[in-house]
Amino acid sequence: MSDDGIAVEFGPLSLHVPEPAVRPGGEPDFSNVTFPDAGSVRRPDVDTNPEDMRDLAFSIIRVLNPEGEAVGPWANLLTDDQLVEGLRHMMTLRTFDARMQIAQRQGKTSFYMQHLGEEAVSCAFRKALVQGDMNFPTYRQAGLLIAGEYPMVEMMCQIYSNERDPLKGRQLPIMYSSKEHGFFSISGNLATQYIQAVGWAMASAIKKDSKIAAAWIGDGSTAESDFHAALVFASTYKAPVVLNIVNNQWAISTFQGIARGGSGTFAARGLGFGIPALRVDGNDYLAVFAVAQWATERARRNLGPTLVEYVTYRAGAHSTSDDPSAYRPKMESEAWPLGDPIMRLKNHLIARGAWSEERHTQTEAEILDTVIAAQKEAESFGTLHAGGKPSARDMFEGVYEEMPPHLRRQRQQAGV
Amino acid sequence: MPRKTMIESIRDAMDTMMERDENVVVFGEDVGFFGGVFRCTQGLQAKYGKTRCFDAPINEAGIVGAAIGMASYGLKPCVEIQFADYVYPAYDQIVSEAARLRYRSNGDFTCPMVVRMPVGGGIFGGQTHSQSPEALFTHVSGLKVVVPSNPYDAKGLLISAIEDPDPVIFLEPKRIYNGPFDGHHDRPVTPWSKHDLGEVPDGHYTVPLGKAIKRREGSQLTILTYGTMVYVAEAAAAEHNIDAEIIDLRTLLPLDLETIIESVSKTGRCIVVHEATLTSGFGAELAALVQEHCFYKLEAPVARVAGWDTPYPHAQEWDYFPGPSRVGRALVETLEGL
Ligand SMILES: Cc1ncc(C[n+]2csc(CCOP(=O)(O)OP(=O)(O)O)c2C)c(N)n1
Ligand SMILES: [Mg+2]
Repeated sequence: MSDDGIAVEFGPLSLHVPEPAVRPGGEPDFSNVTFPDAGSVRRPDVDTNPEDMRDLAFSIIRVLNPEGEAVGPWANLLTDDQLVEGLRHMMTLRTFDARMQIAQRQGKTSFYMQHLGEEAVSCAFRKALVQGDMNFPTYRQAGLLIAGEYPMVEMMCQIYSNERDPLKGRQLPIMYSSKEHGFFSISGNLATQYIQAVGWAMASAIKKDSKIAAAWIGDGSTAESDFHAALVFASTYKAPVVLNIVNNQWAISTFQGIARGGSGTFAARGLGFGIPALRVDGNDYLAVFAVAQWATERARRNLGPTLVEYVTYRAGAHSTSDDPSAYRPKMESEAWPLGDPIMRLKNHLIARGAWSEERHTQTEAEILDTVIAAQKEAESFGTLHAGGKPSARDMFEGVYEEMPPHLRRQRQQAGV
Repeated sequence: MPRKTMIESIRDAMDTMMERDENVVVFGEDVGFFGGVFRCTQGLQAKYGKTRCFDAPINEAGIVGAAIGMASYGLKPCVEIQFADYVYPAYDQIVSEAARLRYRSNGDFTCPMVVRMPVGGGIFGGQTHSQSPEALFTHVSGLKVVVPSNPYDAKGLLISAIEDPDPVIFLEPKRIYNGPFDGHHDRPVTPWSKHDLGEVPDGHYTVPLGKAIKRREGSQLTILTYGTMVYVAEAAAAEHNIDAEIIDLRTLLPLDLETIIESVSKTGRCIVVHEATLTSGFGAELAALVQEHCFYKLEAPVARVAGWDTPYPHAQEWDYFPGPSRVGRALVETLEGL
């Protein structure tokens, strides 16, 4: 058939460009998203053949029901004390974020990124790890540090790039690094570290150790080639790694449909690689912990990688450089059907009889005092433009283990 | 004449070309509905529809690879990489594919594509929002490399780049998007609305690729520079009362060697200034060319002022940035023969 014949038979082609359900000015709408009831998704054994659990990539594992009760096969893993601790971690992270956000506005640092609405993901996941395991986080997993008891003052000194900044002022605010706390140095380039987590996990297997790794990525960044490289390596070598995707619906101004394309879910990306994939309510502390425990156990038993998609919502701006009202309806975060992770855990604890409004209010005040005290201490070592600073000399250090002659010459020229 | 910021003039160039040529398409991360994180593509999707201006998945290799495919079909893609610091995943597509397509297919396939990206520091962006990777592109045969320093040039150069039959890397110094920055970070910046070079004619005009311009005529020495450093060089020369001839290269490849030779032959002294790291930077190429072509006219060694050979730091931004005092010192030394 000639070209013309084809055109007549099939008509012209047209380019498909996905669009979010609503834009600013519209009514927030999540009617296209289905949320299974809490407790309704099965919990397979960790050694189940990935082929026999493909359905879990298209559902959402949830534990907390609307009444605040923990129900179903993924429930009942945590004690009252552990849950209270989890609540405190999330509240601390939120307060920390609020204070640092203000500090940025006051010019005490150049930049900040908060976790608002996503606190459960990193705080609960951290509790499934042990000393020696390694996270390869993005900039939105500071809960791994808070729940890992990393000193808040050090985090703030890094944010302020002051004289006590453990990274000597070299790195952007919030791009923390702490080997001791299982927190790999964040580069800021998206997705690059997903495959590194797989390599780290492969190293643990090569060395016959028992450590596992956790890779972290956002919905938008799963589009990067490095994400796919990580999946093929993890699949081929059955690396002991948990591959986490935090689907907070947005990548700066771009809705998740641009990265997801025609695939039903992000979790489903794992299926083509034969990697078991779970989707979980990312605003449900209990569900996040249960899934994290399942996936880490699988890795520890040498059964290989698990892909986990946390379904959540970025309630705040992408960063202090962003204003979401330009690209999504203002009230969208209030309309988000999975609610607020802190409120949900609080209500659950109250329903269990392990918490009360009074204790909550009192805890809020306590946490605020602790964060403010940490902030005072951190600020006594300087902020970005005032007080103690890392030296210009520090700028030349650490490029190599031993400073080569050309850098020594340049440092001399700089007179530092 | 209307005055525009560099952001507006870059947008104006794309608008002008999209209006004239339906083959021009624009895409990149956050480029469609929102109009780019620096707002360079704001309004283009609303005006031309979402198949001519759209959001791309976060995959720089994909953005450039797809642009190459489109260009080889006959479109003229003008794509945005959100920050030059994020171009490296696309480097293979640029170096192994875009740059060589014409050569290896003997012109059977070509790649008329523009890859725009903000470069340079001065915004406390740390190592992932501050780099100046121009030398990584000038080193590759088959690419053209452009660095505008003002709104007028930015529009005219971007139109030339879009009309060019070969791949063009278009580097936008983000520190001067809103006004010329002379390196004095503690002083307010004059907005482009108060600067002559902020005057941007409506409609189509070009600034040719491969033509440098003298920003200042002078007799004592020649400063070769581009982008933000044009203003730093101007400030440094003025503060030291030096009658410098300042050449804004505008296009690094192809390079306007004639203007360089003519100027250095006249002044007998030459300084190269760029923000990028020193070692194997574009300044090395310039210094080599100057000594090849002007050796017998030179009265002093060619000096280079550049970023230190470290990753771009966050807190020590102003210790790192080659500001007016460092440039000034090099000017004095070159004149006094120290
Ligand atoms: C390689 C690379 N490209 C682009 C960017 C710029 N950038 C920073 S964050 C971001 C959006 C990421 O969205 P997502 O992965 O969904 O993570 P979220 O911010 O929602 O947690 C972009 C495009 C970058 N940091 N690195
Ligand atoms: Mg996201």
